[in-house]
Amino acid sequence: MGIPTLISTHTASDAASVDITSGIDSTYDEYMFVFTDINPAEDARIGVQFNVDGASGFNETITSTLFKAYSYESGSAALAYEDGHDQAQGTALQGLTTSVGSGSDESCAGILHLFSPANTTYVKHFYSRVLQYASSDYAGDVFTAGYVNVTGAIDEIQFKMSSGNFDGVIQMYGIA
Amino acid sequence: MAMTLITTNTSSDDATSDFTSSIDNTYKLYIFKFYDVNPATDTADFTFNGSDDASSHSYDIIKTTTYFTFYHNEDDSNYNLAYQAARDLAQSTAFQLLTDSQGSGGDESSAGELFLFNPSNTTYVKHFYARDNAYYSGDISRQNYIAGYFNTTAAITALQFKMSTGNMDAVIKMYGVG
Repeated sequence: MGIPTLISTHTASDAASVDITSGIDSTYDEYMFVFTDINPAEDARIGVQFNVDGASGFNETITSTLFKAYSYESGSAALAYEDGHDQAQGTALQGLTTSVGSGSDESCAGILHLFSPANTTYVKHFYSRVLQYASSDYAGDVFTAGYVNVTGAIDEIQFKMSSGNFDGVIQMYGIA
Repeated sequence: MAMTLITTNTSSDDATSDFTSSIDNTYKLYIFKFYDVNPATDTADFTFNGSDDASSHSYDIIKTTTYFTFYHNEDDSNYNLAYQAARDLAQSTAFQLLTDSQGSGGDESSAGELFLFNPSNTTYVKHFYARDNAYYSGDISRQNYIAGYFNTTAAITALQFKMSTGNMDAVIKMYGVG
């Protein structure tokens, strides 16, 4: 079996969320989530949250950072911190983009890495890089990182938009 | 991108984690993934260096590098996206930081990956880049971006990871891609 190993594929079609509730365990030291063709029903951010083994709800405590490089179709471009999209011991949905356009050809794609989710000693680090067609017509290259500030094992993950439903494909890989 | 796991080093209160074999011309790209890196000493930096000497592994290759970071305090008191001029190298043989000032608390750690390109090439310098996230001493989440080159045309045959001071726990895996 190759590395990375494809564990599961989740196809969202006008779905409120994609919840991956199996396959995250001590088998792999790292899980990689590749998401493609994410198209929201309304302009919105895609985000992620986690659930600790034995708990309920996707509402774990996160401290995170998020910045982006962006270039508008009209020409202006810069590197910027995105205040309001990161968290300081928050339990909200962790954004992985700014507002993704809901137009018929607008989408985002990227990769999220989750490290050592089954470890019960340390916090759980994650980071992502996501390319987006923003709702205000710019190309965004968004870098998010942080840790889930729990020592319990994380065994579930949820992807959803900040509002509304979405289409998309999310594939979970294990890296042994 | 198919990867092959070559070596796993598990450190338990060790001074260094050394990869002294299998870095050769088998692969054009080597990826080092590090998990659960916890220093014994608070505010220690997680670092690496290379060797081009297969006999003694002196870990003193000249490097020129870049380092930028973005941090955010758990109490929301501070955040900053900035180049870290004190953490890069300019033709230095010192160990390159992958994280800085890590917390040594029982649940504090770092994780990330280092990409090393074509280490066996004997014509060009050897490029690398890394990305990681760390629990910084003082309860801060910090994502780090490091890149640069070993300024040597000799083949890089070994890598060493260590904290800037004190021992560490860590799992570091070396993969070949190709």
